[in-house]
Amino acid sequence: MMQALHDVLAPFGPQAAHVRELWLLTLAVCTVVFAAVLAALLLALLRAPRANAQSSPDLSALMRPEPGKRRSVIAAVAASTLLLLALIAASIFTDRALARLSTEGALRLDVTAHQWWWEVRYVEPNVADSFVTANEIHVPTGRPVIVTLKADDVIHSFWLPSLAGKKDLLPGRTATMHFRADRDGIYRGQCAEFCGSQHALMAFFVVADPPERYAAWAAAQRRTASEPTSEQPVRGREIFMRSSCAMCHAIDGTAAQAVRGPNLTHVASRGTLAAGALPNTPEDLKRWIADPQQTKPGTYMPATKLAPEEMDALVGYLQTLR
Amino acid sequence: MQNAHAMNPPGDAPASRLKDGPGPGSREAAALDATWSDPPGLLGWLAAVNHKSIARRFIATTFFFFLAGGLLALVMRLQLARPGSKLVGPDLYNQLFTMHGSTMMFLFAVPVMQAVAVYLVPLMLGTRSIAFPRLNAFAYWIFLFGGVMLYVVFVLGAGPDVGWFSYVPLAGPDYSPGKRADFWAQMITFTELSALLEAIVVITTVFKLRAPGMTLNRIPLFVWAMLVTAFMVLFAMPSVMLASTMLIMDRLVGSHFFNPAEGGDVVLWQHLFWFFGHPEVYLIFLPGLGFLSAIIPTFARRPIFGYTAMVLSLIATAFLAFGLWVHHMFAVNLPELGKSFFTAASMLIAIPSAVQIFCWLATLWSGKLDFKTPLLFVLGFFFILVLGGMTGIMLASVPLDLQVHDSYFVVAHLHYVLIGGAVFPLFGAFYYWYPKITGRLMSERLGRWNFWLFFTGFNVAFFPMHLLGLKGMPRRVYTYQAGLGWDTMNMVATIGALTIAAAVLLFIVNAVRSLRHGAPAGANPWGAGTLEWATESPPPPCNFHAIPVVHGREPLWEPPRTEADGARPAFTHVGGLAADTRELLATTVLDARPDLRVNFPDPTIWPFVSAVAVTALFIGSIFTPWAVVWGSIPIAIALTAWFWPQRAETSVHLSLERKPWQ
Repeated sequence: MMQALHDVLAPFGPQAAHVRELWLLTLAVCTVVFAAVLAALLLALLRAPRANAQSSPDLSALMRPEPGKRRSVIAAVAASTLLLLALIAASIFTDRALARLSTEGALRLDVTAHQWWWEVRYVEPNVADSFVTANEIHVPTGRPVIVTLKADDVIHSFWLPSLAGKKDLLPGRTATMHFRADRDGIYRGQCAEFCGSQHALMAFFVVADPPERYAAWAAAQRRTASEPTSEQPVRGREIFMRSSCAMCHAIDGTAAQAVRGPNLTHVASRGTLAAGALPNTPEDLKRWIADPQQTKPGTYMPATKLAPEEMDALVGYLQTLR
Repeated sequence: MQNAHAMNPPGDAPASRLKDGPGPGSREAAALDATWSDPPGLLGWLAAVNHKSIARRFIATTFFFFLAGGLLALVMRLQLARPGSKLVGPDLYNQLFTMHGSTMMFLFAVPVMQAVAVYLVPLMLGTRSIAFPRLNAFAYWIFLFGGVMLYVVFVLGAGPDVGWFSYVPLAGPDYSPGKRADFWAQMITFTELSALLEAIVVITTVFKLRAPGMTLNRIPLFVWAMLVTAFMVLFAMPSVMLASTMLIMDRLVGSHFFNPAEGGDVVLWQHLFWFFGHPEVYLIFLPGLGFLSAIIPTFARRPIFGYTAMVLSLIATAFLAFGLWVHHMFAVNLPELGKSFFTAASMLIAIPSAVQIFCWLATLWSGKLDFKTPLLFVLGFFFILVLGGMTGIMLASVPLDLQVHDSYFVVAHLHYVLIGGAVFPLFGAFYYWYPKITGRLMSERLGRWNFWLFFTGFNVAFFPMHLLGLKGMPRRVYTYQAGLGWDTMNMVATIGALTIAAAVLLFIVNAVRSLRHGAPAGANPWGAGTLEWATESPPPPCNFHAIPVVHGREPLWEPPRTEADGARPAFTHVGGLAADTRELLATTVLDARPDLRVNFPDPTIWPFVSAVAVTALFIGSIFTPWAVVWGSIPIAIALTAWFWPQRAETSVHLSLERKPWQ
């Protein structure tokens, strides 16, 4: 499995870093208040004399007011109000700071959430340069990214803890989200809004690379699938085209053009299968194709029954899709 | 009216002129007990309208739902104890968390508060019944049938699986085929109907049936809390009932309220749901505050500090609670300016709660403390709720919420607030009022064990969830992979959950054992000051053989007034109501002066039959829209029978109206 970062308090981009600062401030204020309330409670418990049900109640409070206590309570309420107002201000300033991330020269992505995987379209000014991938997003470090979020079926939520927080993807609406990764690394994200049976296994990865490495990756992704040369992958492609695979998946440069499932043009270049459910190894790929319900009960991918040598050929072919 | 007793003509009064009188054992008291008792036998049991009978059933039913909901949670925790566990699959797990949330919110938290109110409010107000006793019985039956229906379909393997929040379009016809979401939607409409009816019952009781002299500023704080809660119910519940009805229409007759492809809107559901859903939290929490305001003065041996501030902050909380539902929707793409408003409202609602907490601290500060189990639970409340309030402030901030929303941080927060704010006070309240319901005290020793186990287990179970959320664990996941850094904390949380289960078991042992073996309580075992402790434990069917007259906020603590105290003689109770028919004294709204003598309806089976008929309509409507047409006929018949005037009853009422002095 891919080792990835997913920690709100360990930010690797300006958005998550702003939130962490606000978090530290809020935590400090809350800790002080919590400690003060508990200390007051403990003191009250320690200093008060003990009594029992037969002790006569102290009714003096009914006869004369208690100015000292009144002053303390008013002071405590006033102090809490001031602290809350400060936190509201801090929250609003952080919100502004988040909105100020420069999006000049930003990379544009369209993310569409499906039950239960992510479709990612790289939108380039030149339409021919656009390409589609799934569950794995590569971005160049230091360059802002604008993600347009859409949902294909139900509500999902795009959560990227180490870089940017989250935003919902709603059917019939679009939303956008900005982030920038300042250090290269692999960042894990996951669907945060309950979206049905396989909500639990709907992860995605953001791979931040230095710009050159990103450019090389993007160039590779733009190419259509390479023609298999040796005999086994050729046979594998045949199996792909005549089995149910081609009913749902697309492989650019071939006859398979369905959009029900993830685009497989460069499937072998991805780190995981099935939205992070399995590492992308030939054995796991076989396991996944033969019985997807084993790994992801409820997934819409049907089981594909193939003879062992057919399965080898199919997986051999998919392994060539880099 | 106060000296109506004196007008009773001397001599042997005929049966219809027997008046109530003080003291158990007298002929009047026996007649009152007979009048206000429920009829015997199974039919009599179904016909019962005495508020204490209904409330006891109501409390027991909600407690069973609490146990069921807790059991579901335990299975979930066991599933999550290890990564990749195969104990339950996604289908069952999604049913488990849907049923857990729906049970705790709709079948436990709000109903249990209303059930306790149905028992205590009349006793605290010094009256013989709640208003609309038949409606009260009907509300209970509706609630029972709605809850049982949901559990029947769950046991049959068709439990709803789209979450207690039931977001569309996942809960809509396209993504949830079958009848699961329909049963859920109808159960919501059912139980919320019950909540609405109970709210009407409580509001009317508080406004019209207080003992003479109990002016608005002498109402016990628990009753204030329930009054405010009842008003919140009136405003919050219609929103979710509307939403669930729209949902079932989308599913059943193909309307498109929530279908974006046909011009509907999925966010509409969220607005309607959270416009109810956030006040819901406070209408669980406010009765909890009421419990505390009853328990703290008793065990601090002094009146509460800042009564007026407490009442005003209850009202302020209720108002603000309606202005912050959007903080559940910060991740939805909504306009930024609006979000700032909701941030401010969500944070500022902490202020009225802070007022309450500081007033309790001031009360404890200058009290003499009696460390009994109810007070322990109150102290547990302080720790847990204040911590939950702090994380609430974090969630109110848009940027922080965008990180932790829908993560385990929220799971931790909401359990801190709901268990700390409602369940801890509720346990304390149970220990406190158990003698008033059963006549016996619960064991103190077991009570302490119960508290410490619960308190420890709770923190072990839920504190690690804060960290899990910050480490990126989303909520509502049936499993997670090894190596994500979540394994240890999930195991710890599961151990905590098992400890909570042990604490609840101990509580059950204590409650059941004390029924027979508890020390007899007497009328006022804690030396408390409010009216419910003025009558025997358990109270007689009529609550009070003579209606008390109130002169202050703590009627049992204040020295009895004599004529020497002031110019006017002080009455301690009112006589003159009929003992052999259900007659009540209604008082004026503001200053509780005697106003009317009201005749209350007798026990009848028709509320039960009506509830059965309504249930039949609702269940039928899950399968065919025509059930609404044909199902309304039996309801009409049952309601007609319910309200059909009885000749004998009418003649008694007419004679009392014509000759009120008799």
